[in-house]
Amino acid sequence: MSPSRGGGAYEEIREAELQQLRRHIYEEGWSNSSPMQAINEKVLGMLKSKYGDAILGANEFRGELTIVVPKERIVEVCRFMKEDGELAFDLLADLCGIDMYTPENRFGVIYNLYSLKTKHRIRLKTFTEEENPKVPTVTGVWGTANWHERETYDMFGIIFEGHPDLRRMYMPDEFEYHPLRKDFPLMGIPGSLDLPKK
Amino acid sequence: MEQKPETILRKTKILEALENEHTSVSFNDPLESEMVLNMGPQHPATHGVLRLLIKLDGETVLASVPELGYLHRGYEKLAENCSYHEFIPHTDRLDYLSPLSNNTAYVLAVEKLLGIETPPRAQYIRTLISELARISSHLMFLGSLAMDVGALTVWMWSFREREKLYDIFEKIAGARFTTSYTRIGGLAQDITPETLGIIHLFINELPEKIRECEKLLNTNHIFLGRVDGVGPISKEQAIDLGLTGPCLRACGVNLDLRRANPYLVYSDLDFNIPVYEGGDCLARYYVRMAEIKESIKIVRQVLDKIPAGDVRADQPKKVLPGKHRVYTKMEELIHDFMIVNFGVEPPKGEVYHAVEAPKGELGFYIYSNGEGQPWRLKIRSPSFVNLQSISVMIKGAMISDVVAVIGSLDPVMGEADK
Repeated sequence: MSPSRGGGAYEEIREAELQQLRRHIYEEGWSNSSPMQAINEKVLGMLKSKYGDAILGANEFRGELTIVVPKERIVEVCRFMKEDGELAFDLLADLCGIDMYTPENRFGVIYNLYSLKTKHRIRLKTFTEEENPKVPTVTGVWGTANWHERETYDMFGIIFEGHPDLRRMYMPDEFEYHPLRKDFPLMGIPGSLDLPKK
Repeated sequence: MEQKPETILRKTKILEALENEHTSVSFNDPLESEMVLNMGPQHPATHGVLRLLIKLDGETVLASVPELGYLHRGYEKLAENCSYHEFIPHTDRLDYLSPLSNNTAYVLAVEKLLGIETPPRAQYIRTLISELARISSHLMFLGSLAMDVGALTVWMWSFREREKLYDIFEKIAGARFTTSYTRIGGLAQDITPETLGIIHLFINELPEKIRECEKLLNTNHIFLGRVDGVGPISKEQAIDLGLTGPCLRACGVNLDLRRANPYLVYSDLDFNIPVYEGGDCLARYYVRMAEIKESIKIVRQVLDKIPAGDVRADQPKKVLPGKHRVYTKMEELIHDFMIVNFGVEPPKGEVYHAVEAPKGELGFYIYSNGEGQPWRLKIRSPSFVNLQSISVMIKGAMISDVVAVIGSLDPVMGEADK
């Protein structure tokens, strides 16, 4: 998606640089602190034993665990994460959308959870299709999701089913597009905003 | 003196001509009617362009709806089309009352993604500037809250101190307001010993100035009457609504990311986390005043401990080299060219890094697909999340309390609207 800058003769140099960069990171390493990994493993183990089939994938990067959950089960998993006495992810730090720009599972919703008890962070992720993107709302679990979901709806057009007040957050109500989608141009669409006449 | 009959007649005619549907108002019962008041977006007490729609019964707030978006500039869209370095100046414009801590938060997230460590001196300087930014932001809060409830002197005094801080920022970064001081892997330039001396002087005289302001407010009946017990929120509600920062600590929750998930050099420093019970405007005021004192403590320790050394990581493939080397050495010229043209290309992956900004948890979520620009960059701004709780806080309060509650929440619309 992003336009490549320069290019041509420098492509080769760039590729070599990139490989060196990766080698440096993976071999010399950026150490993950071990207590964090231990909690990550524990959380993943607990989720897998309770929702075995609902864990579509999990990966760890820089000590941060991301768990992919199908959208039908997301509310259930979130509620468990919050209400389980041991996990106690009682603070929804952030909720945001992402446009992967792929034919399948184009839009994603990302939940960054924080536990006041263990001071640990976990990321949940769920995907939805391009046509009629719908994800159940988690406003029933965390009240703060209300505005985050409104913002995600505004920016990506993801409908949160069951949301009490799904309006646009930033853009005017009569705006027809969703600006953070990858097919929305950076400079905007002429005529889409009702600007004052010169 | 008696008026002539024709004068009276003419007056009535003029009055009749003026009286129409725009000038005459009729009430059924003025004490029982509800009205909707539109406060903002250009109301001076709403701290920028916050718009509040308030339903009133007399002077009591029945319900309220905050409206955002009057300062929306689409920074997240812009970030997807900038290289990681190019986005640093945009972070100044988020929370424009503490640009230095935004700069630090953003580069820490990118460094986590890239997997690089900065040298100790750079980390100490970043801690120093984050705390100076916190002092600056809390002084602004002090002045604006006092002014919102009618104490103009404190506003003048706190702005006098802020002015000195801005002079220090100018010495550190070269700009007073839009600092853009940090770089990926380090800082734009080192702090001179002379600047450190000025910071030392400022820090030494600040506690006395804070005490002067507190003398005006802490036992002031008018001030206490306007903030004590106003805009309360319970601990459970605060956590449910995602409040962070001083507003959460005013509800009795001990959460400060500097202690909970230490970053930079906070784990080596000695400071307390002020926590107050009550959750009202007064508690939020006390927390911030105590935090200024803790920040002074941190700055003192940093000034004592600051080590000598480089301020940029020695990672030529990822960190911009100094200009003097770019102009004289071939290798550095190539690296500079690559980093500026293609960006630092991090591995594929996603990170979320949050710091304790003056207003609360400022987090950056970055999704990288291995290119020079982030695929997605989400700014988790504390003001945005904190503002959501305003409807809960002002329900049942008087209309004049709304101003005090907004002042005590200390939102910055540049950050809330992104």
